Amino acid sequence: MADKPLLEVRDLKVEFRTGREIVKAVNGANFTANPGKTLAILGESGSGKSVSAQTIMRLLQIPPGAITGGTAMFHGVDILKMPMDEWRQMSGKKMAMVFQDALASLNPVFTVGWQIAETFRIHGECSRSEAFDRAGALLERVGIPAARDRVKDFPHQFSGGMRQRVMIAMAVALKPDLLIADEPTTALDVTVQAQIMDLIKDISKESGMSVILITHDLGVVVDVADTVAVMYAGRVVEGGNVIDVLKQPAHPYTLALLRSAPQAREKGERLQPIFGSPPDLANLPTGCSFHPRCAFATDICRRQAPPIKSVAEGRISECHHAETVHHEPVHA
Amino acid sequence: MTTVTTTPTSGEAEAVIIRRAQPWWQLLWRDKFACVAAVWLTVLAFCLIIGPELLGDTATQLNLRARNAAPGFDNGPMWILGGDPLGRSLLARLIVGARNTISVALTAVFIAMTVGGTLGMVAGYVGKWVSHVIMRLADVVQSFPSLLLAVIVLYMLEPRVGNLIIVLATTRTPIYLRVTRAEVLEIRERVFVDASRALGSGRFHILRNHIAPIVAPTLLTIMTVDFASVMLSESGLSFLGIGIQPPAITWGLMVAQGRNYLAQAWWLAFFPGLMIMFATLSANILSSWLRLATDPVQRWRLETHKKEEDDK
Repeated sequence: MADKPLLEVRDLKVEFRTGREIVKAVNGANFTANPGKTLAILGESGSGKSVSAQTIMRLLQIPPGAITGGTAMFHGVDILKMPMDEWRQMSGKKMAMVFQDALASLNPVFTVGWQIAETFRIHGECSRSEAFDRAGALLERVGIPAARDRVKDFPHQFSGGMRQRVMIAMAVALKPDLLIADEPTTALDVTVQAQIMDLIKDISKESGMSVILITHDLGVVVDVADTVAVMYAGRVVEGGNVIDVLKQPAHPYTLALLRSAPQAREKGERLQPIFGSPPDLANLPTGCSFHPRCAFATDICRRQAPPIKSVAEGRISECHHAETVHHEPVHA
Repeated sequence: MTTVTTTPTSGEAEAVIIRRAQPWWQLLWRDKFACVAAVWLTVLAFCLIIGPELLGDTATQLNLRARNAAPGFDNGPMWILGGDPLGRSLLARLIVGARNTISVALTAVFIAMTVGGTLGMVAGYVGKWVSHVIMRLADVVQSFPSLLLAVIVLYMLEPRVGNLIIVLATTRTPIYLRVTRAEVLEIRERVFVDASRALGSGRFHILRNHIAPIVAPTLLTIMTVDFASVMLSESGLSFLGIGIQPPAITWGLMVAQGRNYLAQAWWLAFFPGLMIMFATLSANILSSWLRLATDPVQRWRLETHKKEEDDK
């Protein structure tokens, strides 16, 4: 991809300072969102994916959070160092976010129409009545039946999937260049999940909007993403084209994830869980942070943090044994 | 909370729309308690507006035959609730006293709520340092006995209605301040605040549009409860002679003056006390109704109330 990246995050480091310890939530994450493409950030709970997203959206609470390093270049400027006033002009307009829990993300005392119209009013786009009109049109676009009547409904009168549609309508109202979707389908059931993902995909295709999709769901990643960044203990341990990464992973963590995912292929087939638990972010293991759970771990993994290796065209992996893993079949 | 909701089919959605169109007076009519409270408050408002003009003379007219007269019809319709030690009509005095009583209490409570609410929002949302200054100021006001503060201030300044209101409001402000701050601290962590920030809204916008509407019903409820205690504080100050000055009348002053005659003429203190109680009770009932009626999540309780009764 020769395109200039839309958002380039380099060496992002975020810490939380609690009373006694420092929790290192993000430890030098690198990822890139290309224009019009979808990047999936894949990782388990506590891998730092949501914190990264919040940091980029400047929603991180400081303190206890603290950005200790890194840059996020968006349209050629580092948004992490931008003054808050300037950022407010951009957020919502250039970059928007969809949250996991749609009910909690909507104010219970206002109608959804009011809340969508709020987006226009914040940025002084148009008059009150016009904003309301456009809110109705947006609701229609995200596939809410009888949208023009439902603008006067309150969030609790919508179902879970509908609420997430409303959130998407709010986020894309000003046609942002980048949409960050933080586990948008986690709280929904599977059929609705697919509809919501399709909606995001459609809108992104229509307007050329890039999407950063934060998820722990492998199925969703395969379905919608172009590139993927696998996060573990606050670092992106593997990155590249979705199909390549999931077919021939070059990091033991990705491999283990794929092997542990339930796939109804054969009756009686056993899942292979990842043993152990995610590392304590306040006391990361020495060397490679995955080594205590890794089947490929050797002495060097315990002593030395792995370098970023390029295993193939556009593929990176942070593993001492990346080449070995790369040639390992996913399903033994 | 409603976490499980079903997708309404289009038919259901229409039904919802029809129900929503129900105007507020129908909702009020369904809740009989709230209805009575509203009527009573309307009567009081009426007394407040035209009472002194209508009955001002009657309230000060002496009738020595009716000195400390017991409630009854012996002395004519205006003395139905009895007469005070100078034979003035108790009923007329209650009606005339409504203006001073309610306007002092209402203004004081309203100022306390506005000031306390605003400072509380600032303390809850703006940085730590500002919050500390505001909270310590509130501590100072609260740790000072309110009656003592009132006595000192009103002794140094003139005991005028304006000063009385300011003193009453000052001593009440910390309550609103603390409650507002506590609520703001909770609400600011909610996801919809983050969502609004992600859309690019500033602090003022969030405070005004997302936090204030959620804090408001709580403040309204405290306000109605506070209404009574402010009336009583005012009567205490009037009793000490630094509140409302006698020829002017307030219910609190009437209670205070009637206390001397409690053994011989209980009605002197009883009826003004009853007025204070009913006014507060009505305000309370109506405010809790208002709380439900303005809360979109709770409103259905008022709407379905009648149906359940019909089913029985």
